[in-house]
Amino acid sequence: MTHPPDTPAPPARARDPVPGGAAGDAAAVPVLEIDRLAVTFDSRAGPVPAVVDVSLTVAAGESVALVGESGCGKSTVAMAVMRHLGRSGRIAGGTVRFKGRDLTALSAAELRAVRGREIAMVYQEPFAALNPGLTVATQLAEVPMVHEGLDTAAAIARARDMLCLVRVADPDRVLGAYPHQLSGGQQQRVVIAMALLSRPALLLCDEPTTALDVTVEAGIVALIGEIKRTLGTSVLFISHNLGLVREVADRVCVMYAGAVVEDGPVADVFADRVHPYTRGLFDCIPTPGTDKRARPLSAIPGRLPLPQERPAGCAFAPRCRHALPGRCDAGAVALAPRRGRPDHAVRCARADEPLTPDGASAAREAAPADQGEVVLTIDGMRKYYPVHDRSLLGLVGRRGVRWVKANESLSFVAHRRQTVAIVGESGCGKSTVAKVLMGLETATDGRVAFRGDELARRPVRKRTPDQLGALQMVFQNPTDTLNPSVSVGAQIRRVITKLGLVRDPAVAERRMFELLDLVKLPRGFARRKPRQLSGGQKQRVGIARAFAGTPSLVVADEPLSALDVSVQAAVTQLLIELQRSRDTTLLFISHDLMLVRYLADHIIVMYLGRIMEQGPVATLFDPPYHPYTEALLSAVPIADAGIGKRRILLEGVLPSALDPPAGCPFASRCPRKLSSICDTTPPPVQRVSERHTITCHIPLDELSRVGPVFYPLGGAPQPEAAD
Amino acid sequence: MILFVAKRVGLGLMTMLAISALIFLLLEVNGEAVAVKVLGPYTTPEQRQIWLEANGYLEPLYIRYFDWLTRLLGGDLGQSIRFKVPVADIVWDRLANTALLGAVTFAIMVPLALVCGVLAGMREGSLLDRTISIGAIVTTSVPEFASAVLLSAIFVFWLGWLPGASPMVEGVDPRQLVLPVMVLVLYGAGYIARMTRVAMAEVMQTPYIRTAILKGLPYRLVILRHALRNALLAPFTVIMLQINWLLSGVIVVEFFFAYKGFGALLLEASLNQDIYLIQACAMVAVVVAVATQTIADVGYTYLNPRIRFD
Amino acid sequence: MRDTTIDPDRRRSPLAAAAGELGRGFALIGESPVGVVGLALVLFWVAVAVLAPVIAPYPPNAQYLPFAPPGSAHPDGGLFWLGADHLGRDVLSRIIWGARTVLIFAPLATGAAFVVGVGLGLVAGYQRGWIDDLLSRIGDLILSFPVLVLYVVVITTFGASAINIVIAVTFASAPGIMRIVRGLTLDLRNRDYVAAAQTRGESAWFIMVREILPNARGPMIVDACLRLGYVIITIGVLGFLGLGLPPPDPDWGGMINETRGMALYAPHMSVFPCLAISSLVLGFNLLADGVREVAMRE
Repeated sequence: MTHPPDTPAPPARARDPVPGGAAGDAAAVPVLEIDRLAVTFDSRAGPVPAVVDVSLTVAAGESVALVGESGCGKSTVAMAVMRHLGRSGRIAGGTVRFKGRDLTALSAAELRAVRGREIAMVYQEPFAALNPGLTVATQLAEVPMVHEGLDTAAAIARARDMLCLVRVADPDRVLGAYPHQLSGGQQQRVVIAMALLSRPALLLCDEPTTALDVTVEAGIVALIGEIKRTLGTSVLFISHNLGLVREVADRVCVMYAGAVVEDGPVADVFADRVHPYTRGLFDCIPTPGTDKRARPLSAIPGRLPLPQERPAGCAFAPRCRHALPGRCDAGAVALAPRRGRPDHAVRCARADEPLTPDGASAAREAAPADQGEVVLTIDGMRKYYPVHDRSLLGLVGRRGVRWVKANESLSFVAHRRQTVAIVGESGCGKSTVAKVLMGLETATDGRVAFRGDELARRPVRKRTPDQLGALQMVFQNPTDTLNPSVSVGAQIRRVITKLGLVRDPAVAERRMFELLDLVKLPRGFARRKPRQLSGGQKQRVGIARAFAGTPSLVVADEPLSALDVSVQAAVTQLLIELQRSRDTTLLFISHDLMLVRYLADHIIVMYLGRIMEQGPVATLFDPPYHPYTEALLSAVPIADAGIGKRRILLEGVLPSALDPPAGCPFASRCPRKLSSICDTTPPPVQRVSERHTITCHIPLDELSRVGPVFYPLGGAPQPEAAD
Repeated sequence: MILFVAKRVGLGLMTMLAISALIFLLLEVNGEAVAVKVLGPYTTPEQRQIWLEANGYLEPLYIRYFDWLTRLLGGDLGQSIRFKVPVADIVWDRLANTALLGAVTFAIMVPLALVCGVLAGMREGSLLDRTISIGAIVTTSVPEFASAVLLSAIFVFWLGWLPGASPMVEGVDPRQLVLPVMVLVLYGAGYIARMTRVAMAEVMQTPYIRTAILKGLPYRLVILRHALRNALLAPFTVIMLQINWLLSGVIVVEFFFAYKGFGALLLEASLNQDIYLIQACAMVAVVVAVATQTIADVGYTYLNPRIRFD
Repeated sequence: MRDTTIDPDRRRSPLAAAAGELGRGFALIGESPVGVVGLALVLFWVAVAVLAPVIAPYPPNAQYLPFAPPGSAHPDGGLFWLGADHLGRDVLSRIIWGARTVLIFAPLATGAAFVVGVGLGLVAGYQRGWIDDLLSRIGDLILSFPVLVLYVVVITTFGASAINIVIAVTFASAPGIMRIVRGLTLDLRNRDYVAAAQTRGESAWFIMVREILPNARGPMIVDACLRLGYVIITIGVLGFLGLGLPPPDPDWGGMINETRGMALYAPHMSVFPCLAISSLVLGFNLLADGVREVAMRE
C-alpha cells in the first residue's frame, strides 16, 4: 500500500542541514514521518474518508510541499498532524511520528506541549486567524508565556525580536495594534512570528499566501525560505499552486482523492513527472512557455470523485487517458519507487511504462486574431467615489467630502475579436472599469464610446435592450453568479426574453438548449437548481447567459480565480472558443499574469487606479518594462522547470486611493525610483511602439537595458535559481 | 469616539423628543376628550368649556405641546385624576419599587444566562448544549402571566411555601420578591442564554480560536482570553435591551402579584383613563428605554476594538 | 456536492412543483427531532381550532356549575374534564374555542406585520439613500418604545377591539421585520446574480421580488415562527391585563384574567389555559429552531 519499509530517507541536500535548535543532532530521525495515514469524518450520511493513504517524510531542515486541488484532503493531513480534527473527525489508520514520537498516542496535555512549541502552524487567511479583540502583543506574548513560563516583559521582548526577524517594518507600532489595523502582508508576518516564537522544529503552512496579492506573496515566500535556512525549521507547505511549490520546496507530494500519488524531489518531479494526474495538472497551468496558439491548455476530463464514491483500484482511473481495464481498476495501487529511482515514488499501475505525451488536444490556430474595427474606446475615464469625512475635524473644519480615486484618466481601445486584459493587484481599480462599462456605476469624467454610443454617464437602466445585449458580463464568484432559487434553464430563458430577442416561449426554450450545448453542458441541466452544479458548471452557465444575446463585448471579471486549475483550463478554452466563433471582444480582468499572457492580445497593467503600462502581449513580457510590470512578473511563481527568473521584492505598502501620491503612484515602492521627481511630478506616457506605452519618468532606453525577468534555464533545472 | 458618543446621545434626545410628541398627539389631540376624562362623564358642556379655557386647551396644538413639554422638563407631571395628587408624588416611589425588582432580577438573570449560554455554546451539539438549549426554548415559551399562574399554583396553592401576593405594605419582604423575580428570570434568562449560546458557538467556530488551540494554550485560556471577550459582545447589547423588555415584563408581574411598582401604576392609569398619569409613565418608560439603548450602543462600540480604533 | 441524479425529463406543473417544495420542507423538518415536536404541537392546536364545533363537549359560554373541579359530573350526564370556571362554564370547551380565537388573530396580525415589514425592508435595503435613512429612523423610533407600554397607550386611546389589537401588533412588529429583511437585502443586493439582472435591464421591482426575496426566505421563515409565538404571547398578555378582546367569547388570556383572583382556591380555572398557550408558543418556537437547524445543514 505504501513505501516499502526499506525506502531510504531522502538524501540531505547540500546546504540543508543547519546546526542549532533541536534539529542538529536529530538529523537521522525525520522530523515528521506520516505512514499510511487515513482520516475519516463521521457525517449523518455515514463515514467520509477524507484521507485514505498518505505517507510522507519531512527531514530536519527540509521543506516538503503537499500539493493538490481542493477536496483532495491536503489540509486534513495538516490538521491530522496537529490532531485537530473536530468532533466528527478521527484518525482511522496509520501513524504520525514527530521526531520518533507517535503523535496519535499523545494525551491531551502532551499534545498541548507539542502544539505551538514544537509544531506550529501558519494559516490561509491571516486576518481570520488572528483574534480581532486582542492586541498583537497579547497574542504573541502568550506563546512563550504558556510554553516556556516567561514573564510578560520577557515575552513581549521576545515577540518584538521575532517581529524584527520576520521583517515587520515598525515592530513597536505593530505590537500595540489590533489585527484590523495591519495590512494583509503584515498580518501574515505576525502569524508567522507567532508560529516561530517558541522555535518549533516543524512549521505547517496551509496555503499561507492564497489570500494575498502576488507581490506580497513573493515577500512571504522569500521569508519562509529564509526561516528554513537561518533557523533550520522544517516546513510542510500545503498549496494548490505548483509554481509556488517549485519556489519553496525541496520535495513534493502530489495528492489526489485522499492519497499521495507522486512523491519525489521537486527537481525530479517537475522535470520528469510520471503520474498521469501530475502530468495533467502541469498541462492545465499557463506558464511562460505556453501560448493559446502554440500549445493550448488541456483540462483533465471529469471531476474529482466524492470521498464516498471513489472507485475501486486507482482513484484517478476514470479520468485517466492511459487507464487500462483490468489493470487500473483491479485493486488498490501502491505508492512504489520508480525503477532505479528510489527517491521518486509513484502510485500508478503503469508507472514504469512509457506513456504517450498528453495535451495538445485542442485545435491549433496559427495566426493571431486579426485586428477588427474598434469596438470600445475609453478616453480619459475617471471614477471617483465620495467619502464623507466623519471625523471630528472634518465636521468642524468643514472639509466635507473626500474622494477615492478608483480610476484616474484611463485611456485604451479594444478591437473586434480582440482579448484585452486588465491586470493588477487588489485595489488597483480594475473591477471599477467593469462596473462603469456595464453601467452599474457611472464615470465621473471622460468618454466611454461603445460602437459609437457614449456610455460613460448612462447607467444600465437608461440603456437600450440592444446596448444591454451587446455588452454582457461574466462574474467572478461561481456561488454567487446564479440565483439559487431559480432553475438554470429559467435563468437563461429570462435573459433571452428580457433582451427582447425572442417572444415565443417555445423558441426561447430552444435557444436556451442551444446555449447549454454551446457551453458543453447536458440539456438536462436546464431543470437543475444551481446548488446541484459544481463551480465550473456554474461558471459555464454564467458564460451561456453572457453570450445569450450575441454580445459584441463580454466583460469577464476574474471568471476563473475561484476555480481549481484543472477546471480553469477547461473554462478558459471554452471562453476562447466562444469568442472566436462569435467574433466577440473580450475584456478580461484578472490578477493572474500567466493566464493573461496565455489568453490576451493586449494587456493593460494597472496600479492604484492608473494605467502604468499597456501593450501587445508579444512585447509586454520583454523589456522595456515599467518597473511595476517588472516587479509583478518577477513575483509570479513559475511551475515550468525550464525557466528561471530574476527576483525583485517590493518594500513598503500600497498607498491609500484616498490620498494617492502627487507624482507617480508607484514611487513609494519602486525599486528603480529616480529622485524626488517621481514623488512630485506625474510621469509622462512614453511610447515604445504604436500600441505599447509606459508611464514612467525613467527614459525608455534605460528601461530597455534591463534584462528580461524570465530566461530559459540550460541543462538541469534548478529549483531555486538566480537568487 | 467623543463625536460618536455626542452623536449617539443627540440621537437619543431626538428620539425622546419625537416620542414625546407622539404620546402628546395620541393622548391630548382632542381636548374635549381630555376634559371628559378629567372631569368625569357627568359634567355639562359649560363646565368642560370653562375647564378647557382655564387649562389652556383652546390654544393651538403646537403651543400646547411646548407648554406641556416645558412643564414636563420642569418636573411638573400634572395631577393624577384617580389619586388626586400630583403625578410626581406617586411616580418616583413606584419607580423605586420597580427598580428594586429589576435590580434583583438582573442580578440573578444575567450571570445565570451567561453561564448557561457560554457552557452551551462552548461545545455545540453536546448533551449539555442540547439540554440548555431546549430548556431555554421551553422557558421562553411560557408567557410571564402563565408562569406566574403556574408557579403560584405550585408554591402558593399546593406547597404553601410562599405568599401569593407581594404588596410590600410593611417594608421590603424578601419572601414576597421570590415569585415575581422567579417569573421574570425564567422568561428573560432563556432569551439571553440563547443569544449568548449563538455568539459563543459562532466564536468557537472561528479560525482564531483554532489558532489559539493550535498554539497549545490550555483550554481554560482559550475560552477565557480568546473566546469570551468576543462572544460576550453580542449579548452585551441584548442584556442592555432587556431593560427595555423589563419595562414590559413588570407590568404583567406587578399586576399579578399586586406589587406596588411602576408597571402596575401604568396599567392602573390606563384602566382608569388617568391621562396625565399615563403620559408621565409612558415618558418615564421611554426615557429609561432610550437611555439604555444609547448606553448599549456606546458601550458596544467601546468594547469592540474594530470600531473603537478606526 | 449534492445528489445530482434528478430525472431531467420529468416535466412538472408549477402546482406540482410547489407541492414538491412543501413536501421537501416536511421531509427536511423530519430530520430535526425538535422540529418534529414543534410541528406536532402546532398541528395539534390547528386541528383543535378547526374541529372546535365537533370536539368541544359544551357550548363555550353556557353556564352550568360554578367552580366545578376537574373531573366532576356535568348536570347533563357528562364530565367537566377540566372543571368549570366561576360562572360555571366548561373550561375544556372554552380552551378549545379559544384556540380558534388565537389561531385566527395571531396569524392575521403576524401576516399583516410581515406584509408591511417585508415591503419596507426590501425597499430600504435595495434602494438605500434617503428612503432607507427615513424608514430606518422611524423603525428605530418605534422599536425604542417598550412594547407593552406602547400597546397600553394605543389601546387606551383607541379602545380594546380585535381590529385594534391587530393594528397595534402590526405597528409594533413591522419595524423588527423590516430591520431583518433590510439586513438580508443589503447582503443579497451585492450578489453577482443581482448585478447580472441589472445588466440585462431588469426593473428594481423584479429584482426585489424575484432575485432577492426568494433567497431571503430561510431566515424569514424562522423569524415568522418565532414572531407568531411572540404575537400569541402578546395577545395573551393583553387579554390577561384586561385590554384584550371583550368578553364573553373565549380567549385564553381573558380566561386567566377573569379567574386569576380566585387562583388561590381554584387554580384549575387559570392553570389549564396557561398550559394551552404555553404549549402552542412552545410549538412555534421549537418549529423555528428545527427550521433553523435544517437550514444550516443545507
